[in-house]
Amino acid sequence: MGELQIKKQSKHYDAVIVGSGAGGGMATYVLAKAGLKVCLLEAGPNFDPAVHSTQLKNPWESLRRGASTKFRPFGDFDGCYWGWDIDGEPYTHANDTKWEWWRARMLGGRTNHWGRISLRFGPKDFKRRSIDGLGDDWPIGYEDIKPYYDKIDKLIGVFGSNEGLENDPDGIFLPPPKPRLHELFIKKAATGIGVPVIPSRLSILTKPLENNKERGQCFFCAQCNRSCKVYGDFSSSSVLVKPALETGNVDLITNAMVREVLTNKEGLATGVSFIKKDEMQEYQVTGKTIILAASACESARLLLNSKSTRHANGLANTSNVVGKYLHDSTGAAMGGVLPQLFDRKRYNEDGVGGMHVYTPWWLDNKKLDFPRGYHIEYWGGMSQPAYGFGWGIENQNGKFLVKGKQKEAGGYGASLKEDYRFFYGAGVGMAGRGEGIAREDSYCEIDPGVVDKYGIPVLRFNTKWSEYEIKQAKHMKETFKEIMHAMGAIITWGADDDEKNNYGLANPGNIIHEAGTVRMGNDPKRSALNKWCQAHDCKNLFCVDGGPFVSQADKNITWTILALAMRTSEYIIDEMKKQNL
Amino acid sequence: MDRRKSIKALVLGTVSTGLLVEACKTNEVKQPDAKADAFTGADRMLEEKAAYEKLMKEENFFTSHEMDTIKVLQDIIIPKDAVSGSATDAKVHEFIAYIIKEKTELQTPLRGGLKWLDMQSLQQFDKVFTEAGQQQQIELIDAIAWPKKAKKEMAQGVAFFSLMRNLVATGFYTSEIGVKDVGYMGNQPNQWNGVPDEVLKQYGLSYSEKELRECAKYS
Repeated sequence: MGELQIKKQSKHYDAVIVGSGAGGGMATYVLAKAGLKVCLLEAGPNFDPAVHSTQLKNPWESLRRGASTKFRPFGDFDGCYWGWDIDGEPYTHANDTKWEWWRARMLGGRTNHWGRISLRFGPKDFKRRSIDGLGDDWPIGYEDIKPYYDKIDKLIGVFGSNEGLENDPDGIFLPPPKPRLHELFIKKAATGIGVPVIPSRLSILTKPLENNKERGQCFFCAQCNRSCKVYGDFSSSSVLVKPALETGNVDLITNAMVREVLTNKEGLATGVSFIKKDEMQEYQVTGKTIILAASACESARLLLNSKSTRHANGLANTSNVVGKYLHDSTGAAMGGVLPQLFDRKRYNEDGVGGMHVYTPWWLDNKKLDFPRGYHIEYWGGMSQPAYGFGWGIENQNGKFLVKGKQKEAGGYGASLKEDYRFFYGAGVGMAGRGEGIAREDSYCEIDPGVVDKYGIPVLRFNTKWSEYEIKQAKHMKETFKEIMHAMGAIITWGADDDEKNNYGLANPGNIIHEAGTVRMGNDPKRSALNKWCQAHDCKNLFCVDGGPFVSQADKNITWTILALAMRTSEYIIDEMKKQNL
Repeated sequence: MDRRKSIKALVLGTVSTGLLVEACKTNEVKQPDAKADAFTGADRMLEEKAAYEKLMKEENFFTSHEMDTIKVLQDIIIPKDAVSGSATDAKVHEFIAYIIKEKTELQTPLRGGLKWLDMQSLQQFDKVFTEAGQQQQIELIDAIAWPKKAKKEMAQGVAFFSLMRNLVATGFYTSEIGVKDVGYMGNQPNQWNGVPDEVLKQYGLSYSEKELRECAKYS
């Protein structure tokens, strides 16, 4: 066994960025385009959708017919490497608490497979404490971030419609796709009972993007979750990191798992130490600024693991808030069948990857018994068969007339084949995605007794839902039932929840919108970062993933991660010009 | 047009999606080999390839007698009919032989169920299931294929047959024959102009003026 050596890179960068997802990708893009020298560290392998995507594969081209594996928990064709569990990288839970932690390990991170739901936060979303007295207000408001949302709409592209809604702001939209058949039924039924249904807002190019020849237009295969070979949707890998690399200003190091942020005796960040996974060799790289974008929980883990004399409680943590206020979107779902779609005419209704319509939050929480809202996502129709297709037919084919005949449940043979054809494409479902309250007592911390295979101490989670989220889930289920009944659907799952299972509320973490662990604020005693996502305790350290979020609205957080990362990156350029960094 | 060629054309931007839609209609689609792809495909990460190689070194889970029984069962469940071929035509048994290695939770219910079926067959006809006559096989299957009317003492057989039915159906309808049978028409370059007019008419639906005005249109 040789001596343990740490290899030090001689090049000194303007910025060292940890993580290449939405936040890290955007920071890399903005800084590299401005001429700064950037070192981008990614814990997984290289990934270019044009080369590595499974797009347009047929189910029989997968030995497991698209079934999930631990490598691809969302199915064999899904575009994300790893997920709930990574070999050799455990995480733990305090007591009986449950946090489900999704971790991507690849260039572009989980943006390679996400739903492309790209919602701006509204003016109220930054000031929730002022409205309902819970949580905290952000140190910024919609007016601070609006210019960045506008720039991102134009740079990346998003389709949608301007509806003039107060808390679901208009944007610079490409035209949305027309609703599918089941979406027309949903729209008719929901609007009939006072639930609005409007075009969804997804970062998919329904028309070519102005001034961008690198990206193709959507060709409607419904497979955004596999990542797009023509770059017709947003993935950080293809849309941000690739053009950033083309500037020549970025050194990308893949399979680099960062261990800690290094600091000097003045308390400033000097670089990071990391392990190259393929050679199990330790390295250090230095830079004028360090930007964390490893995901809300990984960034908190890094800070808590970066202890020094000057930063005895972990870096950027004199406030003791790092790891706290961890929260995810709430989620609950319901599904069924639309009898009017039995034996339907076949045509290609793939559309874009995901829903063509959705429901933004429409009610006033002052009149409800829970403080924050939710939006509703929809699905259904004639999708590509995959592992699980036809499963449970014995619970279905005895319940409905098939071609006018009452059949016995179960069966076999030609009659059974007729049933599969008859029911195909009649499915419909919906899911709520809501805002939970960010709480100090919902947190992750370093487990004192456990390390991963690289010797890095791991996170222990301690998160629980409160009554607010549970009541919200109850309301979701009531709404879903009303919509399903209004359109004449038969509910087949998700309708028998009660207080015993929190009304079907998903475990925290399960919706994969982790946020709040490195939150921003004006008060250094109650926040880790200032309003520029810059550490109060360490001025050349920044965090640009979901960590800085004070609260996460009833909106998916990616568009806001991108906007904040762009804003912070421009601030860094500005501060460097003023020689403040 | 072949999948790889069509993607390449799209990436290079040499053809519009409209032209591709036409090209895909007229040419036979040639498919790459799933087994070869599992080892070498660019879309597989290193850890997946390693796990696959390890799995392929393992022996088959099912004995040849068990596989023979599965083949008989799968064609009872999905026989050839006027629309499409049988489960055996679609090589569903090959899919089952593979997936059983990965979905280890299915191993005991299937092995035990196959044994249960043979024991029933032996008791009633003095032969294992595969050697029983066609009428006898159907008699045994009729006792377990209908969950609501099956006799109580057949419950284990019902559970086994339901699992078998689900697995065979999944294998069949994710095969090329099955996808065609069920009529899935997507997974190819396309332009979405909304629900076809005749379908809207069938359901008495129409797009609103707002939708017609603001939604994307393609020609």
